Amino acid sequence: MPFIEIDAVHKSYGDTEVLRGIDLSVEQHQVVTLIGASGSGKSTLLRCVNGLEDISAGEIRVGGEVASGRGTDVNRLRRDVGMVFQHFNLFPHMNVVRNVALAPMRVAGVPRAEAEERARTLLARVGLADKADRMPDQLSGGQQQRVAIVRALATQPRALLLDEITSALDPELVAEVLAIVRELAADGMTMLLATHEMGFAREVSHKVCFLHQGVLLEEGPPEQIFGDPRQERTRAFLRRIVEAGRL
Amino acid sequence: MSAGHSTLTTLGAGPAKSAAPPAALPTAAASVAAVLATVALTATAAASVSRVLPGSGPTVAAGAVVVAAAVLTLLRPALRAVRSARRAATAWSEQRRTDARRAASEAREDAWTALGWCLAALVLLGAVWFLCTNDRAVQRTFFDGQVIGISLKETASAFGTNLFIAVVAQVLILAWGLALALARMAPGRAGRPLRLLATTYIDGFRAVPAIIIIYLIGFGLPLAEVPFLSSLSPVWFAILALTLTYGAYVAEVFRAGIESVPPGQTAAARSLGLSQSATLRHVVLPQATRRVVPPLLNDFISLQKDTALVNVIGTIDAFNQSKIFASNHFNLSAVTVVAGLFILITIPQARLVDRLVAREQRRGKGA
Repeated sequence: MPFIEIDAVHKSYGDTEVLRGIDLSVEQHQVVTLIGASGSGKSTLLRCVNGLEDISAGEIRVGGEVASGRGTDVNRLRRDVGMVFQHFNLFPHMNVVRNVALAPMRVAGVPRAEAEERARTLLARVGLADKADRMPDQLSGGQQQRVAIVRALATQPRALLLDEITSALDPELVAEVLAIVRELAADGMTMLLATHEMGFAREVSHKVCFLHQGVLLEEGPPEQIFGDPRQERTRAFLRRIVEAGRL
Repeated sequence: MSAGHSTLTTLGAGPAKSAAPPAALPTAAASVAAVLATVALTATAAASVSRVLPGSGPTVAAGAVVVAAAVLTLLRPALRAVRSARRAATAWSEQRRTDARRAASEAREDAWTALGWCLAALVLLGAVWFLCTNDRAVQRTFFDGQVIGISLKETASAFGTNLFIAVVAQVLILAWGLALALARMAPGRAGRPLRLLATTYIDGFRAVPAIIIIYLIGFGLPLAEVPFLSSLSPVWFAILALTLTYGAYVAEVFRAGIESVPPGQTAAARSLGLSQSATLRHVVLPQATRRVVPPLLNDFISLQKDTALVNVIGTIDAFNQSKIFASNHFNLSAVTVVAGLFILITIPQARLVDRLVAREQRRGKGA
């Protein structure tokens, strides 16, 4: 049974329809990548899965339970599904440890000492043990994004949503963030990610989905999408990526 | 588009010719003239002051000499400005463009420095003249040392009432303002009535002058015979009135602070499973409060001064006390004491606001 099921989802902001009937499923331990131009609906789709946006029609199920529409227990849903954002969104008034320990303390009720202890262990695992007591603005972008990933993992989610997590980084900092995602994929973490890093998408994904103007035009294994795309729009998109030297 | 030119660039006709620097000599000459005129005015002022203050000739003369000497030191930059301006003109005529611009720039800065300090000296002389004019009318009415001495102690102790009202009101305002701000931001369809109430309140209490609210509470509440509330003392009526008025202003300050926290912060907190109230408490409000401290202090300075309005409902505050002295002595010097007391508590806070703003700006730059 798929862990995340997206079923005929529509989403509009006013008169603009951003998602126009998306069907997509993510199996457990699978990595699914959304590609497509800016404005194609990748981020909106991820935010809908996390309950940050209400959907206009359709249904989203997570772990077999309905996770959209009225009366959804979003706080419960978000414990199962963590999210990492393009701009990190670390809390600037807390040091790194407190950033990571906040949700375990305030949501799961873990005592502070224990939550911070666990936060330090997690930070050490991504090579940030020495940054634990720094404030977020003392860290590089890559380090901040690694902290954001650790923060999302601290609540022990069963799946992660990654929304263009390397798009705001200087090129030389991208690798350190992708290394962690690669490791999570190897550990069997279920992930749905939107990215412009095509090489990475090709390497790490089980399934790649091409979104165009709110419609899922084509999906398939990475070798097929990148090697032999069926849709003319997908071919045009990938051609532009190659022209920009990004694939 | 002529052939051979790229479509993205326009090739100009070589580097722009530099124009002559603006002439610095007139400004420099004006600064010398201003220095000399200020010295002359100082002497005139000293002469007229010693006429209205018989017997204090030596003191006045000493003061005048100090001011005049201070102004005379400005002759140095003023004369230097003249020399630099001449140098600039010579350099320009010899085609030494860079030297000319540099010298002209130095001349202008020296000239404006001298002019600026002359202005400061003139303002000081003007104040002295204002106090002494019409046979020291202003000085006698507002700065009578004897009356100040008599009224100082009781006015200062009545000022305790102003401080008490201000401190208690500030505490209440923080709570009331935050509650109003949150009500005004109540989400969704269900929050609409609350939003409407809060908006009406905030608009209303910012529209009506504080003195009228004080009047209405001070005279209206006792008439209404509301249990407990109507039996409060005038001091508490004043606290209540100021809390109601300033709560509306502070609500807007809080709202601006909350809205200035980037939406990504809320999204991140919610995505971690924090509830709406936990997000507000642990993520949004701590960041918002830090940003609102300077505007909040500004409102509080204004509130402290408005405690003097409570005299309309008969509270014996510093201003009311000073008016009693004023009518007993036919002299307004006691009121000056009140002004001095307000200056004493307010200026340090104003400087503190400046420092906090500067700190916030440094933080904003991500230092």
